[in-house]
Amino acid sequence: MSDQFNDPSAQVFWEAAGEERFLLQHCLDCGAVQHYPRAFCVRCMSDHIDWRDASGLGVVYSQTTVRIPLDASLDQPYVVAIVQLEEGPRLLTHLVDGALEIGSPVRLRWRKRDGRPPLPIFGPA
Amino acid sequence: MGVDLARSPAYITGAVETDIGKVSGQSQLSMFAGAARQAAIESGITLRDVDGVFVPFMGFASAVYVAEYLGIQPRIAESSDHGGGQFEAMVSHAVAAIAAGLCEVALVGFASRQRSLRSRSRNLADATTGESVTDQFETPYALPIPIGHFALAAARHMYQYGTTPEQLAEVAVTARRWAQRNPAAWVRDPLTVEDVLASPLLCDPIRKLDMCLVTDGGGAVIVTTAERARDASTPLVRVLGMGESMTHYHIWSAEDITTWPGSRSGPQAFGMAGIKHNDVDVFEPYDAATIAVLIALEDLGFCAKGESGDLVQSGALAPGGALPSMTNGGGLSYAHPGAYGMQLLIEAVRQLRGECGERQVPDARIAVAHGIGGMFWMCSTLVLARE
Repeated sequence: MSDQFNDPSAQVFWEAAGEERFLLQHCLDCGAVQHYPRAFCVRCMSDHIDWRDASGLGVVYSQTTVRIPLDASLDQPYVVAIVQLEEGPRLLTHLVDGALEIGSPVRLRWRKRDGRPPLPIFGPA
Repeated sequence: MGVDLARSPAYITGAVETDIGKVSGQSQLSMFAGAARQAAIESGITLRDVDGVFVPFMGFASAVYVAEYLGIQPRIAESSDHGGGQFEAMVSHAVAAIAAGLCEVALVGFASRQRSLRSRSRNLADATTGESVTDQFETPYALPIPIGHFALAAARHMYQYGTTPEQLAEVAVTARRWAQRNPAAWVRDPLTVEDVLASPLLCDPIRKLDMCLVTDGGGAVIVTTAERARDASTPLVRVLGMGESMTHYHIWSAEDITTWPGSRSGPQAFGMAGIKHNDVDVFEPYDAATIAVLIALEDLGFCAKGESGDLVQSGALAPGGALPSMTNGGGLSYAHPGAYGMQLLIEAVRQLRGECGERQVPDARIAVAHGIGGMFWMCSTLVLARE
C-alpha cells in the first residue's frame, strides 16, 4: 500500500506506519536522528542508517486552530501543530482529545485513512 | 569575497508599477509589457538594449517567454520562483551578473491578475504528485498557506517573547495610516487596533486583518551599469548592499520559526553597504502578515529579539516615526499581487527619488527593501541609496 510513495526510505516509514509504528532514522556513524526519512544522513552523509521506534512522546512546539475551509474531510475547527519529538526531530501533525498549549507534553496516536497508511497525530501524554 | 560594488556599481534606473487592485482589459503579459516599456523609457534605453531578463511566476520558463514577447534575446535569464521576495533576490543576481560582465542591462519584474483570475490557492500540494515529501508529511494536516504558517510563527513568537495580539494589530494600523496618505492604496478607511481584534480569527492568533490583501499588480525595474545609468531621466538609485538566504522548505523543518532567513540576508546586506541601522531612512518590509513585520525588525537588527512589538507600538514605523515603514500602505493596505516584493522594491525606489507626494519621507537617502519568500523559507534584502 505504500508503493505509492516511490521512495525507498518513505516506503520503510509508511510500511511501519501501517502497523502503527513510528520509525526514526538513526545515523550509526554520527548519531544524528532525522525525520522525514531520507536516503542518507544529511548531517554526515553516511548511509549507515538504523531504523528505530520513536518513543511516541514529544512536546508542542507551536500550534494553530484552523477556522477556514481547506479540506472538506476535516471537521472544523481543527488544531495543526508542530510537535518536537523526544528524540529531537519535529513534524507537522494534528492535536486531538482536548486543548493543549505550547510546551504541553504529547503522545503519539494514529488516525485511520482510506487507501493510505494511518496518519500520525498527537494528544495529551 | 563577494561582488565589489565599489568597482562595479549598479543602479536602478527604471521602476514602474503596473495597474494595481482589480485590473480588467489586460492580460498578465500585457500588464507587464506596459511596465517594462515604461521602465525602459525612464532609463533612456530601448528594450532591445536589455540583455538580462529576470521574471518569475509568469508560466514555465517565464523569463524566456516574456523575453520573446518583448523582442529580447537575453544573454542571461532567470525564472526562479522562490516566493514573493524573489525580486529583491533577482536584483542582487542582476547586480552580480552585471559585475561579472554576463549582462549590461537587466529587466526584473512580473505581473499578476490573481484577484481577477481567482487563482490564489491555499494548498501547497496543488502542483505536486502525491509522492512528494510535502504530500506525505504536510498536506494531510491541511495547514492553509500561507495563513497557517504565519499563525504558527506568531503563536510561537507570543509564547517565547510575550508578543500580544495588540502588537500584531498595531502593524496593520500602521500600514493603514500610510495607505491613507496614498491615493492609489486599495483600502484607505480608518482602522483601529480594536477593529483588527474584532475581525474574524482565521488561524489563531492570525485574524483577517492581520493578513495582506489579494490584488492584481506587478511592475518592472531596470538595473544597469554606471555608464548606462547616465541616460536615465530619473534620479539615480544605487544598489549598496544585498543578501539572500534560504533555510528550509517545510516550516516544521525550520530550526526556529521565530527567526527567519532575514537574520542572515539582512546582516549580509548591511555589511556590504557599510551602513548602520540609524542610517536607514525608509524600511520596506514584506508585510504579508503582521507577524512578518515584527520578525523582519528583529531579523534585520532594528531591535533585539522579542522587542519588535514594543518598537511598533512606539510609533517608530508610522508617518513621522524614526523608521518609516510600509510607506505605500504595504501588502496589508496598498496592494498584494501574490508576490509583493515588486511593489515594496518600487516604493523604496520612489521614496529615494522623492516621488511620493503626501507620504514622502523627507530627504530619504537610504532605503532597505526586504523580501520574504514562500513560507518564509527565503529572505532577500537590498540596501538602496539615492546617488
